[in-house]
Amino acid sequence: MPQVKPMEGNQAVAEAMRQINPDVVAAYPITPSTEVVQTFAQFVADGEVDTNFVAVESEHSAMSACTAAAAAGGRVMNATSSAGLALMWEILYITASLRMPVILTVVNRALSGNLNIHCDHSDTMGARDAGWIQIYAENVQESYDNLIQAVAIGEQMDVRLPVMSCLDGFLVSHSYELLQVEDDEAVRDFVGSYQPRYPLLDVANPLTMGPLDLYDFYFEHKRDQWAAYEPAKQAIIDVGQRFDEQFGRSYGLFEEYQLDDAEIAIVALGSMAGTAKDAVESLRAEGVKAGLLKLRVFRPFPAEELAAALSGLEAVAICDRAASYGGAGGPLYAEVTSALYVAGASVPAINCIYGLGGRQIAPDEIINIYRDLERVAEEGQPDQPLEFIGVRSFDKEEHADKYAF
Amino acid sequence: MARLQELAERPTALTGGHRLCPGCGEPIVVRQVLMSTDDPVIAASCTGCLEVSTTIFPYTAWDIPWIHIAFENAAATIAGIEAMYKALKTKAEKGQPLLDYIDPDADYKFVAFAGDGGTYDIGIQSLSGAAERGHDFLYVCLNNEAYMNTGIQRSSATPMGANTTTTPAGSVIPGKRKHRKDLTAIMAAHDIPYVAQSIPGRWRDLTTKAARGFEVDGPAFINVLTPCPLGWRCEPALTPEISQLAVDTCLWPLYEVDHGEWKLNYTPKEKKPIEEYLELQGRFRHLFRDEKGEEVRKRMQEFVDYKWEQLRERCGEE
Repeated sequence: MPQVKPMEGNQAVAEAMRQINPDVVAAYPITPSTEVVQTFAQFVADGEVDTNFVAVESEHSAMSACTAAAAAGGRVMNATSSAGLALMWEILYITASLRMPVILTVVNRALSGNLNIHCDHSDTMGARDAGWIQIYAENVQESYDNLIQAVAIGEQMDVRLPVMSCLDGFLVSHSYELLQVEDDEAVRDFVGSYQPRYPLLDVANPLTMGPLDLYDFYFEHKRDQWAAYEPAKQAIIDVGQRFDEQFGRSYGLFEEYQLDDAEIAIVALGSMAGTAKDAVESLRAEGVKAGLLKLRVFRPFPAEELAAALSGLEAVAICDRAASYGGAGGPLYAEVTSALYVAGASVPAINCIYGLGGRQIAPDEIINIYRDLERVAEEGQPDQPLEFIGVRSFDKEEHADKYAF
Repeated sequence: MARLQELAERPTALTGGHRLCPGCGEPIVVRQVLMSTDDPVIAASCTGCLEVSTTIFPYTAWDIPWIHIAFENAAATIAGIEAMYKALKTKAEKGQPLLDYIDPDADYKFVAFAGDGGTYDIGIQSLSGAAERGHDFLYVCLNNEAYMNTGIQRSSATPMGANTTTTPAGSVIPGKRKHRKDLTAIMAAHDIPYVAQSIPGRWRDLTTKAARGFEVDGPAFINVLTPCPLGWRCEPALTPEISQLAVDTCLWPLYEVDHGEWKLNYTPKEKKPIEEYLELQGRFRHLFRDEKGEEVRKRMQEFVDYKWEQLRERCGEE
């Protein structure tokens, strides 16, 4: 029988890993994902899984060993955050290029500097072009559900891509919620047994992997890789439906919350969407036609589907928990507005950068974003679409003592 | 121990047709290592000459499973493969069916080939970590004492005095100013089952050591001084002889550390002066031009003498 238990996000992830029972986990500790690894290490120590757990000396070696272990032919998982993901950077691209379905939990955390251990999406947003599928969770239950689905998605034969299953550091990873834990057998049936493809351990059919690949073939290989993301999108939809049929919780590329008849809406990733739902309810009670689009899948980016869902709005606020310094707004803003443009949808769009380094976002602040949207809906696209939410501005003269020069 | 003829008749896992330079020591070492075991072998390489010259797509010179991921991670790569093999074997021991492409009766071997840049410098963390964790693998450093693939830049394996493109011999500075580090001793300090030094010019020494490296249960490290005619600016035909001169000058002693026991494998009848080794290589030519070069050679000889006595003591030689 499925059981409902209070669990933190990290524990929920470790629990899903226990049920999935991967062959190899090669991991390194980093706040706030450490607990995933140490909880899982205890499962290994207690013989609850068959996994060969490799406690490597760095994240670079973690992702190298994970990629190689997957190439050898088996199911591989790992967890990291922030600087850990950054140290894996070089290998992330190679994992995807070799088409190894490594499943990586990323507990999102700010990148240095300055040093900060709390949530934002700078880490995974920086890795967005590495070729990994990226799925974001709003809460503990989704963190658990997404990880189980990630295995089925990444390992599908026409996909064969690595997957980052993302949850917000501390806000989800260290928050207790009631989690519905499915039966071990049901989870194992859902993910199925690992189907190897060109395993390196097949010594009778020796294969050369990761050769030198120059201008005469590299480009074709990259184009072939590009072609995997359309089936990946379909796999995410199909696996989400199958998950719904088996466990009764439905998942797609994104969740539309009060969006059908909305005039103004927010687009957000991760735990902020939960707070935004409360804000939408407050505004709806006032008669404001507010809605929310919670993006679940950032890679492959569902540009057409997203533009179709947003095209009827009078104004939209795209909320980024990451900055793209010197860029045209945050990464989510750039991609959503690009999708709207290509679809010919002329929706005024503002970019709200919020929550960097774990700065909380309160319901009132989200309500204020909707208030701004009401104005934008009336006045049209503002000259300056970028807003920083919840950040203080110091008057240099008033606070002269805080400035050294 | 196989005889030379038996070794020569074994199928070669690194076929001809690769694009390594004439006289390159690397394929000589790789073949000798791979012919030292009858068990199935899976190989990993770091980025470098061996990788780019044996695998340009769509060709490969490898007749065994082979993988390259990146430069600094040959040890983590081979560790990941070994970890998966162990995981699948352990599951089979618990009664789960072993995947049909894995031979249940065979004892698979795992070997990493990496240059000195990928081992002494950028890959030392990965190597140290894999050694400490005790993965069952053999790591062979194809040590040609500089970054040859990128065009002869110095590494921490480059000996004092060598002219490289980042320690060029100039009118003021006579090549590399510091001695190389003793990575073999550093690996011995990991207390792993087997550590050794060898050269391509003594097949019996190298194949015996490779066989031992494959045989022991746990990490093994063999540091092979591997001449590079391009980077050393020496005669391609002299690769075995030059590597032998490195041994006869005691600049690269042949020794092993088997489960903590240090053993000198070869003592030259007459310890030759390092000049006999240096003068065959263009990378040291500037050391024979003036007094400054003579001073460098003197310091190099002192260092060789010091290291040789240190090694003899460790090996319990009288």
